[in-house]
Amino acid sequence: MNSLSSSLWVLLLGSLLGLELIGKVPPTLHTPLMSGANAISGITILASLTLIGRAHGQPALLAVASVSLAFALYNVVGGFVVTDRMLAMFRRRGER
Amino acid sequence: MTTPMDFLHGPLVSEAIDLGAVLLLALGLKGLAKVSSARSANALAAAAMLLAVVGLLLQQQPEPAAWAWIAAGTGLGTVAGMVTARRVPMTAMPEVVALFNGCGGMASLLVAMGVALFDADAAGLVDRISIAVSVFVGAITFSGSLVAMAKLQGWLDTPAWTQSQLRHGVNLVLALLCLGGALLLPADPGGLPLWLLGIAATLLGIGVTLPIGGADMPVVISLLNSYSGVAAAAAGFVVGSRLLIVAGAMVGAAGLILTQVMCTAMNRSLVSVLFGGALGAGAHVGGGGDEAGYSRITSCSPEECAMALEQAERVVFVPGYGLAVAQAQHALRELSKLLEAHGVEVSYAIHPVAGRMPGHMNVLLAEADVPYEQLLEMDTINPEFPRTDVVIVLGANDVVNPQAKSDPSSPLFGMPVLEVDQARQVFVVKRSLGAGYAGIANALFELPQTAMVFGDAKAVINGLISELRALGVGRAKMAA
Repeated sequence: MNSLSSSLWVLLLGSLLGLELIGKVPPTLHTPLMSGANAISGITILASLTLIGRAHGQPALLAVASVSLAFALYNVVGGFVVTDRMLAMFRRRGER
Repeated sequence: MTTPMDFLHGPLVSEAIDLGAVLLLALGLKGLAKVSSARSANALAAAAMLLAVVGLLLQQQPEPAAWAWIAAGTGLGTVAGMVTARRVPMTAMPEVVALFNGCGGMASLLVAMGVALFDADAAGLVDRISIAVSVFVGAITFSGSLVAMAKLQGWLDTPAWTQSQLRHGVNLVLALLCLGGALLLPADPGGLPLWLLGIAATLLGIGVTLPIGGADMPVVISLLNSYSGVAAAAAGFVVGSRLLIVAGAMVGAAGLILTQVMCTAMNRSLVSVLFGGALGAGAHVGGGGDEAGYSRITSCSPEECAMALEQAERVVFVPGYGLAVAQAQHALRELSKLLEAHGVEVSYAIHPVAGRMPGHMNVLLAEADVPYEQLLEMDTINPEFPRTDVVIVLGANDVVNPQAKSDPSSPLFGMPVLEVDQARQVFVVKRSLGAGYAGIANALFELPQTAMVFGDAKAVINGLISELRALGVGRAKMAA
């Protein structure tokens, strides 16, 4: 199987998985879920790292990839931390 | 002869790590949709991300020079992310999600631009199509998210000119320019078409987001969140990473579901949000006089309101955006405790889109230590209103408008609302008679059982607390 068609299969199955994963969400969790999913979408860090790896020392490509890594990590780290802050507040009565 | 090191850096280990990371990400996303598991699921997703990075670095073994660039980007992004996430107040959550999201889009845009301009390896047609998609989606996500953030922060208004039909023409031209750039890009990846596509897509993101009114912003952020997943998946095609494609597709699809859920809650279709302009814009734009035609308004002082509360057996608070702005959630919790100590049954009615994002109000009230069980969703609380003595509406407006049920000519008609007009007495705490986000007059304010308490939510609540104490509410029970 060539790499394009397998990538397309991956795309298709990944999309279907995403549709199934969060069928029912209590409204309470909409904001944290959006924030958490947003952090996951920062997975572009992998693309930035791959690019740094195959830059073969070209400074311009290294610089662009490094800046994109910073942007993506800002999304990832900020997203996970802020989601955790929100979710830390959902305690039941008496929990501390 | 293979050594253990070769094995560690080999394809088998990296495939296994990738599969493990996808599994954990999926479990994380699933767990985020349940209250009991959400926090650990978030940590799981973060761990999965770390695992994926370690796997990639093991396989790639970057040279020492590359490590310096990795360290620079990692340090900058991590520190900035930590600082932003820790400092931001809970009330500004929608803005900050939009900001993070825009940065994710920017990252995908930069990856694609970098490959197009400087990477000779990406010469195939598929690479170049992926580049075009990634630039397009990344740029729209970036500029659209920043506009959404600026509008939520109040840095940007909805300018009147964006409400004219002309905007559809402008956006159409921009979309055609994007299409042209995308079609020409495969032939000349580093040249003019790339810049045409990038700039036109950035402008398109602005052009589409700017006309959308504040009330619909949550839907837009959710949709842009979905886009950033698509942008990540496109970046996955650009660099040939299956893990990136799965994760991006997953987030993209999940974001669409969430967007749909929000639209349903607001009785809006996605098409009308995106192309309909600001809801009730006529009242907003150039309207000037905000006090749109109310004739039978009763207003009262916190003292009278406190007396009603003191007599009540069952009280329901309806918190809205005004509560968030006034940072009054802690004062509200204080007031509830006082009433509960007096034997009053207190609960909170949470409309699905209360606050500025679905679930935003739950977050704010949880911050003030309101027990989770007292937050009742619309379907649970609506049948309870007829046996409720006092409802206090705090800075909410459109979500309690009875016209949504009764008046087919109202722009809100059909939107599910909290039926507070069924309660015996309603107090609406509001700064002025200004229109809500949707810019529509509210018939609730003119009902005979409704009284307006004008003032900042926090000041009014504190006033109520001291009036109740003056009536002996806290003390009487303690003596008994």
